[in-house]
Amino acid sequence: MKPRQQRMLAVGLAVAGIAVAAALSLRAFEESMMFFVEISEVEKGNYPADRNFRVGGLVVDGSVRRNPGELEVAFDLTDLESELTVTYSGILPDLFREGQGIIAHGRLNEDGVFVADEVLAKHDENYMPPEVAESLARHAEAKEAAMEAEQQ
Amino acid sequence: MIPEIGHFALILALALAICQAAWPLVGAQRGDAAMMAVARPAAIGQFVFVGVAFACLTWSFLESDFSVLYVANHSQLALPTMYKISAVWGAHEGSLVLWILLLALWTVLVCRFSGELPQPFAARVIGVLGLLSVGFLLFTLLTSNPFERLIPAPPDGADLNPLLQDPGLAIHPPLLYTGYVGFSVAFAFAIAAMLSGNLDQNWARWTRPWTTWAWLFLTVGIALGSWWAYYELGWGGWWFWDPVENASFMPWLAGTALIHSLAVTEKRGLFKSWTLLLAIAAFSLSLLGTFLLRSGILISVHAFAVDPERGLFILAFLTVVIGGALGLYAWRAPALDSAAGFRPLSRETFLLLNNVLLVIATTLILGGTLAPLFVELFTGGKISVGPPYFDVAFAIPMLPLVFLIGVGMHTVWRSQPPGTLSKTLKYPALVAVVLGIVIPLFIYGSGSVLLVVGVISAIWIMAASLVHPIRSWRRAEGSTRITRGVLGMSIAHFGVGLFVLGVAIVSSFSIEADRSMRPGESIDVAGFSFELRGLQNVQGPNYQAIEGEVDVRRNGEFVTQLRPQKRTYLVQQSPMTEAGIDAGWNRDLFVALGDPLGDGAWSVRVQYKPLIRFIWLGAFIMAIGGIVAASDRRYRLTAPVREAQRKLAGEPA
Repeated sequence: MKPRQQRMLAVGLAVAGIAVAAALSLRAFEESMMFFVEISEVEKGNYPADRNFRVGGLVVDGSVRRNPGELEVAFDLTDLESELTVTYSGILPDLFREGQGIIAHGRLNEDGVFVADEVLAKHDENYMPPEVAESLARHAEAKEAAMEAEQQ
Repeated sequence: MIPEIGHFALILALALAICQAAWPLVGAQRGDAAMMAVARPAAIGQFVFVGVAFACLTWSFLESDFSVLYVANHSQLALPTMYKISAVWGAHEGSLVLWILLLALWTVLVCRFSGELPQPFAARVIGVLGLLSVGFLLFTLLTSNPFERLIPAPPDGADLNPLLQDPGLAIHPPLLYTGYVGFSVAFAFAIAAMLSGNLDQNWARWTRPWTTWAWLFLTVGIALGSWWAYYELGWGGWWFWDPVENASFMPWLAGTALIHSLAVTEKRGLFKSWTLLLAIAAFSLSLLGTFLLRSGILISVHAFAVDPERGLFILAFLTVVIGGALGLYAWRAPALDSAAGFRPLSRETFLLLNNVLLVIATTLILGGTLAPLFVELFTGGKISVGPPYFDVAFAIPMLPLVFLIGVGMHTVWRSQPPGTLSKTLKYPALVAVVLGIVIPLFIYGSGSVLLVVGVISAIWIMAASLVHPIRSWRRAEGSTRITRGVLGMSIAHFGVGLFVLGVAIVSSFSIEADRSMRPGESIDVAGFSFELRGLQNVQGPNYQAIEGEVDVRRNGEFVTQLRPQKRTYLVQQSPMTEAGIDAGWNRDLFVALGDPLGDGAWSVRVQYKPLIRFIWLGAFIMAIGGIVAASDRRYRLTAPVREAQRKLAGEPA
């Protein structure tokens, strides 16, 4: 091959390599990207049906239930307006407790129960995940407004 | 009184830092030797006063002076002395003081070991480091004063976050920061070169050891952080692609690229503007790491300060530092480059490929880390990017890189004859292919394509790294010995191989099982039987714990007893998992207690982790390689000696 052809071949290979790499990483990005969906939105049916997403809120007091001796656990999560039942099989994080703000990864099953494959609670008990804090603030206001409207 | 002295010392340090920046930089521009002479005394003075401030803060912790807000929030009377000291950098304000202290320490070291540099150049380097000190001291004094008083003082403190009460985390931040801050020296050298418009091969030789030292501290710091996450977070993973982990990993990748590109600049005078850009990038990414960590702008388990004002200050600081550096770069760098040629098959080509691949990896990780931020800015939607993306994005550039390492380190500068290369690499290649198939299939009993590729590449790097040392060892009488530079490179690359081997085996053959267990029950994992014998209460200095007693047997033979704990720290009332780990060179056995499940049962996590120690061992060996390379004689020779040697060797100057 002439030097010029060699150069063209090298450039061609490099371009092909970059294209393959870009395609692979875009696909991986697309697959591992998860949306955060507010609990009230889940209730309205606004959630991605065929993929995992994240929900976050406060663990409702007294809602953690399990059959004695089993790993399977269920609890309710609230954004102070709506509630969502979450089930999880595995070890809960150290700072998981009732009243704590947590985030769960997973998807909704046919019965409207959120099946989590990961539950996250932050290491600092005073720390509230920012998206949970925002969601709580918004829905607490919405609920107050609704209650006032009812009273009138 | 003591805290006020500390506060005052910080203010004095700021004043001296301003002198350290202003006089030398202006003096170097004007050619005024008297003004430039301010640099060293000012830098030493700044170091002394920052040291006094740091000592005052440490004293406040040791004396449990809870009238200091920062101490009250992060310490407690019953806290063991060791953690009272490490609590100094356990949160935002104190870790900033540590950062400033380390910056001042690096600056003093530069002052001490820069006697050979031309005066204007040394003055500029110290001046730029002074500017950085000014920025961080202002940040501390304006937004995060560690000496703020709390009147009346509470009778006891709020305790240090239990997660941080651990020997690994006591030394992880200082090492990591030493690495982060160390890149400021390479940055200052780059700025000084652009200001003076003079970048020769001497410049690269001065910069190289500093960069290598910073890089090796960062390497050890990251490895310790990973190790800590493994045993302390109770999850048994060693890397989570958490934003804060990424924040420390990106400067490491850029720094690794910088080390390699500096080699080309030193030996061949090429890639000059590229090297400058990498020096700017490595330090900018360190600053970005601080920004991500401190502003809490990204959701992260490590974000301990959620404070937009601080974030705004750092953002402004980042804009000035990075924007200024890049502006200067755009203006001055084009004039610096020289055009020397090299053949496609040469060491230059391989180092170029190394740089391209490392920069691609850095960019992909940066993209994944910042994607949630940009998606929220532009669409308002909230997303997170999970580990699978980072796994793929990192593997794409790294797979070709690990194969190229083996070839690259045996090529020569300018032009490599293909014949000798294939002769050198024949045996390492053979060993790699054989062991790469044998190890997964016959020791671990299965093998996917990716696993075999991973093991082959690991053995390939290790075997290729041994070629230079073995040749030196078997060399003929009187021929030259291997230089420290080449030996360091071989050691570091051998470490890379160990690391790759550890990652390949751990990710393929780890077994983890979450189970419900009652005392007396046992489960089998990877041929080991784990029996939960019982649980008992244990009293620690500032915590209470429930301790499990787990007997591990293999084929009925007793192996070890593990004692995982579930601790409750008394002041914060927060629970903590302490895993029970039996570490071996070829496998870890890991047991962690979850929660009581009722009926006397506990949730228990049992894990088998083959070769996980290789991951950290590999990183430490990389760092040792760095020490060996940075101690090469040519960095310590004085100019006249080197001149004489060069004449002797007949090399062109």
